[in-house]
Amino acid sequence: MSQNDKDIFARREFLKGSAAIAGATAVGTLLPSAMALAQQGKLKVGLMLPYTGTFAQLGVAITNGFKLAVDERGGKLAGREIEFITVDDESNPAKAPENVNKLVQRDKVDVVIGTVHSGVVMGMAKVLKESGTLWINPNGGAGAMTGAACAPNFFRTSFSNWQTTHALGKVLKAKGHKTAVFITWKYAAGEEMMEGFKEGFEKEGGKLVKELYTPFPQVEFQALLTEIASIKPDAVVAFFAGGGAAKFLKDYQAAGLKGKIPLYGSGFLTDGVLDAVGDAAEGVETTLHYADGLDTKKDKAFRLAYAKTFKLQPDVYAVQGYDAGQLLAAGLEAVKGNVADKVGVIKGMEAAKIDSPRGQWTLSKAHNPVQDMYLRKVVGKENKSQGVAWKALADPARGCKA
Amino acid sequence: MDLAFFLIQLLNGLQYGLLLFLVSSGLTLVFGIMGIINLAHGSFYMVGAYLAWSLASMTGNLATAILLAIPLTVVLGMALERLLFRHLYSRDHLYQVLLTYGLILVFEELRSLIWGDDVHGVAVPALLNASIPLTENLSYPVYRLAISGVCLLLALALYFLIQKTRLGMMIRAGASNRDMVQSLGIDIKLIYTLVFALGVALAAFAGMINAPLSSVTPNMGSHVLIICFVVVVIGGIGSVKGAMAASLMIGLAETFGQVLVPEVAGMIVYVLMAIVLVWRPEGLFGRK
Repeated sequence: MSQNDKDIFARREFLKGSAAIAGATAVGTLLPSAMALAQQGKLKVGLMLPYTGTFAQLGVAITNGFKLAVDERGGKLAGREIEFITVDDESNPAKAPENVNKLVQRDKVDVVIGTVHSGVVMGMAKVLKESGTLWINPNGGAGAMTGAACAPNFFRTSFSNWQTTHALGKVLKAKGHKTAVFITWKYAAGEEMMEGFKEGFEKEGGKLVKELYTPFPQVEFQALLTEIASIKPDAVVAFFAGGGAAKFLKDYQAAGLKGKIPLYGSGFLTDGVLDAVGDAAEGVETTLHYADGLDTKKDKAFRLAYAKTFKLQPDVYAVQGYDAGQLLAAGLEAVKGNVADKVGVIKGMEAAKIDSPRGQWTLSKAHNPVQDMYLRKVVGKENKSQGVAWKALADPARGCKA
Repeated sequence: MDLAFFLIQLLNGLQYGLLLFLVSSGLTLVFGIMGIINLAHGSFYMVGAYLAWSLASMTGNLATAILLAIPLTVVLGMALERLLFRHLYSRDHLYQVLLTYGLILVFEELRSLIWGDDVHGVAVPALLNASIPLTENLSYPVYRLAISGVCLLLALALYFLIQKTRLGMMIRAGASNRDMVQSLGIDIKLIYTLVFALGVALAAFAGMINAPLSSVTPNMGSHVLIICFVVVVIGGIGSVKGAMAASLMIGLAETFGQVLVPEVAGMIVYVLMAIVLVWRPEGLFGRK
């Protein structure tokens, strides 16, 4: 970043000087675009997120987090005022190209922020690869975005699906579990999380004895739970989310498996559902890039500021939105707000060290966070941090040639 | 799979089938007997679940909540029939599809306004909150078995109502020839109002009684809607017996499919439907 800063600084100084020499008559033609831009026009930020449907709350949390990051910088990023343009993507992959084109073609935004649903993310990727518009994805963990489909203008501030389960292999080994069963929905995110776990667990000498799938978004688990009881693995690892996660946790307990075969999972299994499941999740351990009770100065300050501004408790989605704001700020500061210098913005973001509520992180070559994965344990209504399960875990970014 | 686990899976399949019957019984009645294509069936299911959740958290008791909620859903059904559906009996099915699709959107929005977008859970009633151990590490929740009992009772009651009572006779007659029944001096309008209200109440009741097993979530209705139509189509339109047979078939096929051929588990139900429709286009117990 510093090298980049210096270049820009030198350029600006030079231009300022030349403008002064040229004098009043030539101001209009000689003033460089950088200075002109910094003074005129607002920076257009396109928010393409779900504001209706099952993921509506996630869209709101991300938006709130992003706006908090902007507010903390006096309502501006690198001196530029922000104009927000929002599009509700309805978590509908079929409408993704049309929706992102609204922002890119109609509104000519400088940067696109979105979205939650992985299918929509992949729909956006096609359009944004062609247009080259800066894109920061604050959630959807589809591996391909920072893998086979990666591009210089693609950035993610959340996680890849692979990352959320990879550290569990180490965790299970440390607890002495030698065999495991993975259970999830049969769709891309579930399969990627299964792969992440399998790789991590087998590296530690563990054996994944069976992969169990149920069609997405079905929530009738009885047959598969019976199958688990007949296999008798040392541990069960699961990924479900939202209502499906709540139902799975309750069914696991009702089938009498809880307490007999320990349950682990991707962090989304126990995020946002603890109020709904009573004591069914108590003691379940998961890995994720954020946790309750991190007890760092940054996290406390963030939680306080968020609660004060929005009268809501922040969650992992709010953190990801907040970091999208922080990452964009870092990129823009590197070019003093001149977003037209896209290469400069990208370099600025690549070099950024994000001081996040989740802890510090940087970007991998493929622009996915290299971050600590926490081991969390459900205690009451919290996913309490049990410490770092994997320091600075990077997604393998398979197939990324950019 | 040894014999013990085979028998447990058999139980799982039958139990899931009975649950499917419960969820689709309201649709069987409204679609099968009244001939209304009711896409909002899933919304009534959702309304039932949310009512059960909110009333149970107010009264602290699921049974009380269900007793309070059923009259509400009957009133809702009667009001909808009087105000909306009544005007569509003589129209093409397309109008019913449009109306009921619109109702899905209205109910989702109302749900969001009244109850919010959160996922909720309903506690299993204390009396039934136990498990029966089956093997060394697997037990069967008593509440699931209790629901199966309720489903069986409900199926018998429906069968008795439609086949053996005077009211049932009038309903069946009305379904075959509305004008003739009316000219014989029977208040067919009232009967249709009652049947529709019963259909709504059944869907909502399914949502209520199922709430402790599933979770109470936005869009939960759309997940059950498709499988309900599959049940009614396989069973034969208008047949309670057919709906029961289809539910059990689907329950068993899904259960064993997931365990034996997990790769194609998502398709099995639809393959089953295709086979039945090729073999008997009118469904298992449908009238030609």
